[in-house]
Amino acid sequence: MMRKIVLPGTEVGDAKSKLPGKGVFKEGNKIYASRLGILSEKGKYINVIPLSGVYDPNVGDNVIGVIQEVFKNAWIVDINAPYPAFLNLENVPWRVDYGETSKYLKVGDVIIATIAAIDEAKNIDISMKCKACRKIEDGIIIEIQPSKVPRVIGKNGSMLTTLKKYTQCWIFVGQNGRIWIKGEDERVNLLIKAIRKIEKEAHTFGLTQRIIKMLGG
Amino acid sequence: MLIKDGVRVDGRKPDELRPIKIEAGVLYRADGSCYLEWGGNKIMAAVYGPREALPRHIQDPTKAIVNARYNMASFSVEERKRPGPDRRSTEISKVTSEALESVIFTELFPRTTIDVCIEVLDAEAGTRCAGITAAAVALADAGIPMRDLPVACAAGKIDGTVVLDLSSDEDKEGEADLPVAIAPRNEEILLLQMDGHLTYKEFEEALDLAIKGCKEVAKLQRKALLNKYKTFEVE
Repeated sequence: MMRKIVLPGTEVGDAKSKLPGKGVFKEGNKIYASRLGILSEKGKYINVIPLSGVYDPNVGDNVIGVIQEVFKNAWIVDINAPYPAFLNLENVPWRVDYGETSKYLKVGDVIIATIAAIDEAKNIDISMKCKACRKIEDGIIIEIQPSKVPRVIGKNGSMLTTLKKYTQCWIFVGQNGRIWIKGEDERVNLLIKAIRKIEKEAHTFGLTQRIIKMLGG
Repeated sequence: MLIKDGVRVDGRKPDELRPIKIEAGVLYRADGSCYLEWGGNKIMAAVYGPREALPRHIQDPTKAIVNARYNMASFSVEERKRPGPDRRSTEISKVTSEALESVIFTELFPRTTIDVCIEVLDAEAGTRCAGITAAAVALADAGIPMRDLPVACAAGKIDGTVVLDLSSDEDKEGEADLPVAIAPRNEEILLLQMDGHLTYKEFEEALDLAIKGCKEVAKLQRKALLNKYKTFEVE
């Protein structure tokens, strides 16, 4: 299905009958798009799904972060967002005493965490108390554009299932555009090529079929 | 003699633009980019961010900082230009930052910067207008929320006639140059500068002409962006 692409300032609806959702703004009696993206209407709300841009963190996202700084009672984590994230020692799965933080996570360590809270000043708190959360000790991390993440996952995880099935690798996709891969070297190389192909051709039809073909299905 | 029987030196009519070519998303590592050719101007614009503003004391806790940097390549003009910022490019960087800031929803990204690099590779009059036009396309390509897609165009006066979009020769020999940047949806003026002399009546005429030119360029901007994303389909 072809959808309408809108640009900043494009009129997308009437404020009398519709409500502004994400990626749009209201001025007078009209609703306008505020960013480049695909127009989508859900019930009364008009939204613009972005096609580009940096990672915009949301509460509940699972992300892959890199420890940037270690304090006595917290870590500062780079989550590929415009803001650094705080990981308090209360929010890790281990019992950490004050001042002993560096025994558990050092600068450069990679973790999977979930976004616990964001306040209006955009201070981000993350937590490692979730099912998928852990410290990553092996495998490799690759980065893709955050706006392409939904395509790598696919509808109900269809693309991810395909990738796992044909390459026999362990894959974890963070919402922030970082992907953790673990497996045999040769298969990992093939998988990276497949992910790069998905990123490049994210906007085209029949991509899943082409990926299956590429992976020798 | 710059204009004779309503025809200018390069064969244009008084209200005609130079040929414009715009391409969006040309750089891989930038979040958004644009390459623009406008007459003899060749301009590359790249947008980075919103990203954490460093050093921390420059951060604004209420909004993002828009930091545009206009730079001319040393080979962009006939006589080699000494590289690096000078009085002129510092001024243009400032007015460009302010023009772009007034359309961006900066309050959505507190404590960050949005960096806009405008590199003039080849210059032939009207580079600040071309720079703003290219920067606007790059900002949209970077997915930055904006009230409108800003656009700029100049008008001027040569041989007593008000004309649109001065070329290099017309700029040097003419009587006045009036660069204007607008938000085309509601014609809000984002930048207005003037070099030379115009009477009040001529000024009004030139401003109207420049706004008309801006709207024409705005169409090309939108076409360039849609051209990059037109193949985007979602299953």
